[in-house]
Amino acid sequence: MSGETSLFVPRLARRRRRGRIFSMACALASLFGFVFLVVLILRVLYEGAAWVNEDFLRNYPSTINPPKAGVKSAIWGTVWLISITLLISVPVGVASAVYLEEYAANDRLTRFIQLNIANLAGVPSIVYGILGLAVFVRLCRLDRTVIAGALSLSLLIMPVIIIASREALVAVPRSIRHAAVALGASRWQTVRAHVLPAALPGIMTGVILAVSRAIGEAAPLLMIGALTYVAFVPEGPRDYFTALPIQIYDWCDRPQQVFHHLAAAAIIVLLGILIPMNAVAITLRAWHQRRRIW
Amino acid sequence: MSFFSTLKEKAIWVFLAACALLSVATTAGIVWVLVTESVHFFAEVSAFEFFLGTRWAPILEPRSFGVLPLVCGTFLVGAGALFVAIPVGVGTAVYLSEYAPNAVRGVLKPILEVLAGIPTVVYGYFALTFVTPHVLRPLLPHTNVFNAASAALVVGVMIIPTIASLCDDAFRAVPRTLREAAYALSATRLEVTTRVVVPAGMSGVVAAILLAFARAIGETMAVTLAAGMTPKLTLNPLESIQTLTSYIVQVSLGDTPAGTIEYQTIFACGMTLFLITLTINLVAHKVLKRFREVYE
Repeated sequence: MSGETSLFVPRLARRRRRGRIFSMACALASLFGFVFLVVLILRVLYEGAAWVNEDFLRNYPSTINPPKAGVKSAIWGTVWLISITLLISVPVGVASAVYLEEYAANDRLTRFIQLNIANLAGVPSIVYGILGLAVFVRLCRLDRTVIAGALSLSLLIMPVIIIASREALVAVPRSIRHAAVALGASRWQTVRAHVLPAALPGIMTGVILAVSRAIGEAAPLLMIGALTYVAFVPEGPRDYFTALPIQIYDWCDRPQQVFHHLAAAAIIVLLGILIPMNAVAITLRAWHQRRRIW
Repeated sequence: MSFFSTLKEKAIWVFLAACALLSVATTAGIVWVLVTESVHFFAEVSAFEFFLGTRWAPILEPRSFGVLPLVCGTFLVGAGALFVAIPVGVGTAVYLSEYAPNAVRGVLKPILEVLAGIPTVVYGYFALTFVTPHVLRPLLPHTNVFNAASAALVVGVMIIPTIASLCDDAFRAVPRTLREAAYALSATRLEVTTRVVVPAGMSGVVAAILLAFARAIGETMAVTLAAGMTPKLTLNPLESIQTLTSYIVQVSLGDTPAGTIEYQTIFACGMTLFLITLTINLVAHKVLKRFREVYE
């Protein structure tokens, strides 16, 4: 290659320098989320750690005597709400996924249901609150009770459970189904005894992530009119309730500093539930992927 | 198979199909609720006034029902969130798929998931009590206590995981052979990334950004806490504004009796929000389907 006719000038040093700058920028970008998370957690701990104690967990909220306020009603409200949400959304969500993956023909109706679920997953949570307000609270006359909230949250997390369960079911190899059917198992026997157990860790991961989303949701509950001040523990699905995210919202929304400390303390309690749940879901998936036998 | 076991199989089939159809019923329910209540609203307020009016004052006399200030606030926060999330999210995805060693990847991915798992009300708390007083106001003293910028920033962080993980999937779906061909032509890693991998995964990137944008538009708690309650037609992110979602929350917090015009504004605004997010989501799915590069 003679120097004066070649149009290609490699300029390797400059290109490599640019490459280094670019890779640094990308690495920094990926650190951004981590740094934000650390700052957020440190800030919440700094503001609220001193307020989290036994009394905080045992007392009811109070606007007259904030230092004695607590999250007892919020914790029990969340427990009630999430238990019922689980009972409704998990069976229905997994059943939908089983139908779509194991039973349905690949026809127009199936594709329509799939597109519909993908779109439902993108509907803002507050719209589910509007649905809950109009249908469960007003039309079904359930009022602002635990069951109305749980039904709204169930519809909200159902698409998430269906999508995760379908992915878990798809990952189970065809050969397992063929083997079961070849031995004379019916379709349901195949699903129940072989496909579902094999897909269980994946389904569990999806369910845990979906439920942790439900635990942190405030918007749909505010919409159906869950109360921000509740000084009792719900005793059944027909009782009024509050929940941790609603309590946090209420305290954040007050201008006095003392309520912001209470909000931070309640956030510590909430994240103390959610981050371990996320960790379990992530570990479960990693463990499952490592020891998958097929 | 005996009669009863056939019957049992049939019953199970029916039950499973009914569960799957429940999702269709949910969509139908949402559309039905929004349309029937909005019809009452539009009987009193003309669609012309609602969609083109520039003043939103549903409670204060003289009343005015122009939704544009709320839409403007919503898009201001959404655009601000993308301003943060596109560079950080795409950068993270490039790093994850092209640069990061497996060990680093194994740490970064879970961190993104934890970030995605933080409740939005917590982001709202952080925007209101930290971002505005300790970051924005020292830098820009004119910042209002409630402002669109703090909400946009935290909503941006909230949607980083969506953009990063969808873009990462798109980049990793680009076959190795394309990269190797570029390396064989003596391209550097930067050139392979920006001229081969990113263009090849472009449909995934665009879809990721659209889906994240729809999430930002529908975000409620952070904007309700941090962005204010002042419907305003402005592009200044340092002012207090109101979004569609935070207006809906504001009405539902008050004791608004069913049947009044204020109550019906919930549904008119809800329908506007639903139509905007649905359109964005449908376009995103179309982009993914239509422009997905199929290799092999």
